[in-house]
Amino acid sequence: MSLKKPLKNQKSIFRFAPLVTTILFLGPILAGLSGTLFPAFGFIPDIGEESISLAPWKELIAIPGIVDSIQLSFFTGVITTAISLTVVIIFFAGWQNTKLFFYAQRFLSPLLSVPHVTIALGLAFLLTPSGWIVRLISPWATGFIRPPDIIILQDAEGLSLIFGLVIKEIPFLFLMTMAAINQVNVKANCNIARTLGYRPVMAWLKTVLPLIYPQIRLPIFAVIAYSSSTVDVAMVLGPTTPPTLAVQLVKWFYDPDINMHYIASAGALVQLLIVIIAIIFWRFCEFILFNLGNKTLNKGSRGRSDAHFRIFAAIALLTGFCFALLSLLGMALWSLTISWRFPSSFPESLSISTWIDRIIQLESAFLNTLSVGLLSTFISLIMVISCLESEANSEHKVSNRFRLLIYLPLLVPQIAFLFGTQIFFIIMGVDGSWLAVAFCHFIFVLPYVFLSLEETYRSLDDRYRRIAICLGSSYFKFMLRIKLPLLLKPILIAFAVGFAVSVSLYLPTLFAGAGRFETLTTEAVSLAASGNRRIIGTYALMQMLLPFIAFLLATNITKLIYGQQYKKTTFNDQP
Amino acid sequence: MKIKKNFYQFIIPFLLIFCITGQKEIHSQSWDQTLNSSKGQIVYWNAWGGDERTNSYIKWAGEQVKSRFGITVRHVKLTDTAQAVTRVIAEKAAGKHTGGSIDLIWINGENFATMKRNKLLYGPWTSNAPNYQLVDTINKKTTTIDFSVPVEGLEAPWGMAQLVFMYDSKSVSDPPKTVKELLEWSTKNKGRFTYPQPPNFLGTTFLKQVLIELIDDTSLLQKKVNPKTFVKVTTPLWDYLDIIHPKLWRSGKIFPQNGPAQHPLMDDGEIDISLSFEPSEASSLIAKGTLPNTIRTFVLKGGTVGNTSFLAIPFNSKSRQGAMVLANFLLSPEAQARKQDPEYWGNTTVLDLNKLSPHEVSWFTNIDYGVATLRPEELGNTLLEPHASWVSALEKGWLQRYSAGK
Repeated sequence: MSLKKPLKNQKSIFRFAPLVTTILFLGPILAGLSGTLFPAFGFIPDIGEESISLAPWKELIAIPGIVDSIQLSFFTGVITTAISLTVVIIFFAGWQNTKLFFYAQRFLSPLLSVPHVTIALGLAFLLTPSGWIVRLISPWATGFIRPPDIIILQDAEGLSLIFGLVIKEIPFLFLMTMAAINQVNVKANCNIARTLGYRPVMAWLKTVLPLIYPQIRLPIFAVIAYSSSTVDVAMVLGPTTPPTLAVQLVKWFYDPDINMHYIASAGALVQLLIVIIAIIFWRFCEFILFNLGNKTLNKGSRGRSDAHFRIFAAIALLTGFCFALLSLLGMALWSLTISWRFPSSFPESLSISTWIDRIIQLESAFLNTLSVGLLSTFISLIMVISCLESEANSEHKVSNRFRLLIYLPLLVPQIAFLFGTQIFFIIMGVDGSWLAVAFCHFIFVLPYVFLSLEETYRSLDDRYRRIAICLGSSYFKFMLRIKLPLLLKPILIAFAVGFAVSVSLYLPTLFAGAGRFETLTTEAVSLAASGNRRIIGTYALMQMLLPFIAFLLATNITKLIYGQQYKKTTFNDQP
Repeated sequence: MKIKKNFYQFIIPFLLIFCITGQKEIHSQSWDQTLNSSKGQIVYWNAWGGDERTNSYIKWAGEQVKSRFGITVRHVKLTDTAQAVTRVIAEKAAGKHTGGSIDLIWINGENFATMKRNKLLYGPWTSNAPNYQLVDTINKKTTTIDFSVPVEGLEAPWGMAQLVFMYDSKSVSDPPKTVKELLEWSTKNKGRFTYPQPPNFLGTTFLKQVLIELIDDTSLLQKKVNPKTFVKVTTPLWDYLDIIHPKLWRSGKIFPQNGPAQHPLMDDGEIDISLSFEPSEASSLIAKGTLPNTIRTFVLKGGTVGNTSFLAIPFNSKSRQGAMVLANFLLSPEAQARKQDPEYWGNTTVLDLNKLSPHEVSWFTNIDYGVATLRPEELGNTLLEPHASWVSALEKGWLQRYSAGK
């Protein structure tokens, strides 16, 4: 007894971690939402409006093209998610445990760390009628000496926007599915189904998908929310007459006419509604597909030849990957270009002058990005480990409600609460400060760190703890000497994931930073409109390199510290 | 924690007293005093940051005032100047009457009118700045009247701007001389002209240019918009746009988002004619390799719209002395000459060269304007900007008609 008591006290410091996390998290989101809700009904004290009215809503409805904007946002969200998920699911069904699958896993993960807008910027150059693809085949194949005047990019239907988003969401859903599937014995399930005569794809869809789908549902919702409310990607690839709702909202929030703020706030609530309706719509489609699936499941149809499905998924995945790769390559080339005119396939001359010209301006953006990323990720990591440790010390697993809370920043469209959060920061007198930006980043970084670490953390064998304590180790000694070192690699990878997220954040940096805090991403977006690809190229490359280096360090640092021994102790699980 | 709280409770009243007394003094401060108190201040200069040439110039200016006056300049790069206005509004809404986050704004037109109307500006202060005496307020009328709103010392003129057209002489042999000719040219050369999407200021300026040329009574433009007759008097403009839009680049369904976004289109040969607010922009872009060396500049027969851009200080600026010293430096012959040089920027000076010493004048006369720049005398008439109220009326009209992508 006397031995156990101090142990409990030591552990109990983690007990409040979930509560503290929730408050740190929910506080700004709720404050932000209320800061959006009140102005939406015409209520901003201090500017003289203190009555509640529906006027902002009436004006919102009267804005030309508003219905198009709303439709565009809704369909972009749903269609992007549907395409990305279909490709990922069929690819898993058709190719799991093959060499191609192994390569896909290997090459898609780094893509996840590249910010959305970096890919979007590269894609813009790739796809435009005067872009790289047309240049490569002109004039010998097309006869074009001058670029054709056709609409490919920024089309009114938002197809190029959807394409850009799909390229980035496939790796995300791929890795989320990967994480979920580790808990299912795929081989056994599929083998049984195969021996019963099911085709490979059908076997997977019928025996594995139902088991993993509930676990990837939240990531799917996050994709819906992100795609329908993204600002930076839509500013680059989305249409302009009219743009998506989120892009409109940012413009209105920055309109000198105060009246527009009320309208923007009302619009921000509409954006929230769009996401909610899109998710409900998705659930509805799920329900229908589930019933249809049940019928085919009971009917026991074994499926016909499924080769074309497999090939479709492989081609789709590969195409997306190639486009992403070419986008990044194009940007890298542009950063070294002086002039590169249509229809030349490659730059006429290369030089590092753009880099030299920009180096000082790049430096401050680079340092800001680095410092905010490191701090916000570090705090997130401490909170996540504390939460997971508190869970490990208690009898029950983290509740579903807590998981939903963790996901909240990914499900609520950023624009819906960030303006309100900004007012909150101004009142506190910290707006525009480095700390405010880091705190805002923390809200968005934490969920990803949690998602990345949660499974591995839980799966660590509890016998390590028991043995350590039997041998007389204190709880802290066990944590510092055994548990954390054993989990070092997944912890570092979670850190790299969080850091990559921080690098890519646009809207939170813009609002919390009062528009005056420059990171690589805010700079890249503000320069994107100017279309100078040389400079955009330098920022894009830096945006890409930072997370890449983080991942490189994360995967190799353990080897450096522990040498080969590390590998043996962690993965030698045989009794 | 407790000690800290008590400390603040103790110190805040004192700080407030300092703030109040400090504020009272400022109006009577001599320039020397301003210089003294500006030392060590950090000036947050909010300026549109979408063009790397202006950004480098701002960086240069920051380095100069750092070494000469010990003032640190931080360029806050805006994608739209309205962002800064919003910010000051938000600060006022939050009750932040001192220690604001913006010290200097590059501003004009509608944004200035909004800030002046809502009393969001500090001043009048420009006459305290020694170099303001060198400004040509007589021949360059737009330095005292900003989009028909009197400046009244609330903002310091910084640069002159005039609408010019760039064209690729490889494909355009005889550039149009009126907006009507531009329409004819566009009809013959479908997809080779476009303009930045309003409410971008350059796009709105194009609308004004067309309106000035087509409206029956131009004197209406110098008065406040009359909402009752607005549709009627602007009908020629909308008719013109209805005809020209299908002939524009991407059939008028997509527009470049700002001025610089036209440059890659010119460079790639997607379009042949584009707009600029700086007569020497083409030359400096050619020198950088951003545009082919076949690009030239032209203006219209009856003149083109011109204005002045200014520097203003928000009412709650934290470092207003620093901002004033910076503004004064930006008005110096040295800074203005560099600004006019296309190698660095290429923006026409607001100064009256007759007020400068011969040595200073030589800085201006020695500038190499480059192949594509029209000389000041070739620029023709400068047409006055319409009253600031026309901006939002025209923008609204445009958005209503064309933003829903017909």
